[in-house]
Amino acid sequence: MIGIEHYIVVSAILFVLGVLGIFLNRKNIIVILMAIELILLAVNINLVAFSAFLNDLVGQVFAMFVLTVAAGEAAIGLAILVVYFRGRGSIAVDDPSRMKG
Amino acid sequence: MIQTIAFYLFATIVIASAVMVITARNPVHSVLWLILSFFNAAGLMVLVGAEFIAMLLVVVYVGAVAVLFLFVVMMLDIDFAELRAGFMKNFPLGIAVALILLAELVLGIGAYQTGAIELGDPSGVGAPRVGESNIENIGALLYTKYLFLFEAAGIVLLVAMIGAIVLTHRPPKSRRSQQDVGKQNRRRPEEATVMKSPPVGEGVEL
Repeated sequence: MIGIEHYIVVSAILFVLGVLGIFLNRKNIIVILMAIELILLAVNINLVAFSAFLNDLVGQVFAMFVLTVAAGEAAIGLAILVVYFRGRGSIAVDDPSRMKG
Repeated sequence: MIQTIAFYLFATIVIASAVMVITARNPVHSVLWLILSFFNAAGLMVLVGAEFIAMLLVVVYVGAVAVLFLFVVMMLDIDFAELRAGFMKNFPLGIAVALILLAELVLGIGAYQTGAIELGDPSGVGAPRVGESNIENIGALLYTKYLFLFEAAGIVLLVAMIGAIVLTHRPPKSRRSQQDVGKQNRRRPEEATVMKSPPVGEGVEL
């Protein structure tokens, strides 16, 4: 029988993979954004699982708001990425010398 | 029994494709693995009866966000080999942080399983009504108690859209757009021309 613990374990593993992805691909900002999406997906799985197993729909409503914020974040992040690439011709983020003011 | 098999199938594919997202050499492959991961996460949500969020995940993530990622990855001409350079260097630190985080989460889950926290029953407003579908229940909750939060989510999306347009929009650089009609109409003969009567044998100094 599948209980809430199974869902929490999947969500925890997904979250850790997202954090690991940020550390592994420190130069590639596209993969960093994808890792953030994975983290938000883990949060959503957690919210939906608790909502279902506790018989309370507020968790699913909240998961919808997390989804909204994730979509907005992806749009803004990719827009910043495009502007950055236009200015530099590269998306390597380990060079902070241009980050002045 | 079928639920157990489906859960383990979905969960395995979610985690395996998440591993592929963060380790794939080509970001295009990363995006495709991300799409697979989202599909299977939607399957996990369908298993517990949250069809609305599952379909939202497919529509919003697979239909919009993943395609946006794919679009940007393919549009920008990026040297991916250079970006991979620090992968092995960051590996030990990343694994260490991930293991610490995982240990903490396992600790938390273990404490939850022993019944450390008493979780109360829902207070009534969030409890799904029997006999109605998931979407009807969510709609009844979303358009009554959480109406203002719903509007706020719409404003968040509006601001994100305007921000993305403002950031990436460049005015077109055609010859027509360099013509300033207002400046041309404001130009008067008095300030644009001068009368001179130069003496014979000398030039004009303007």
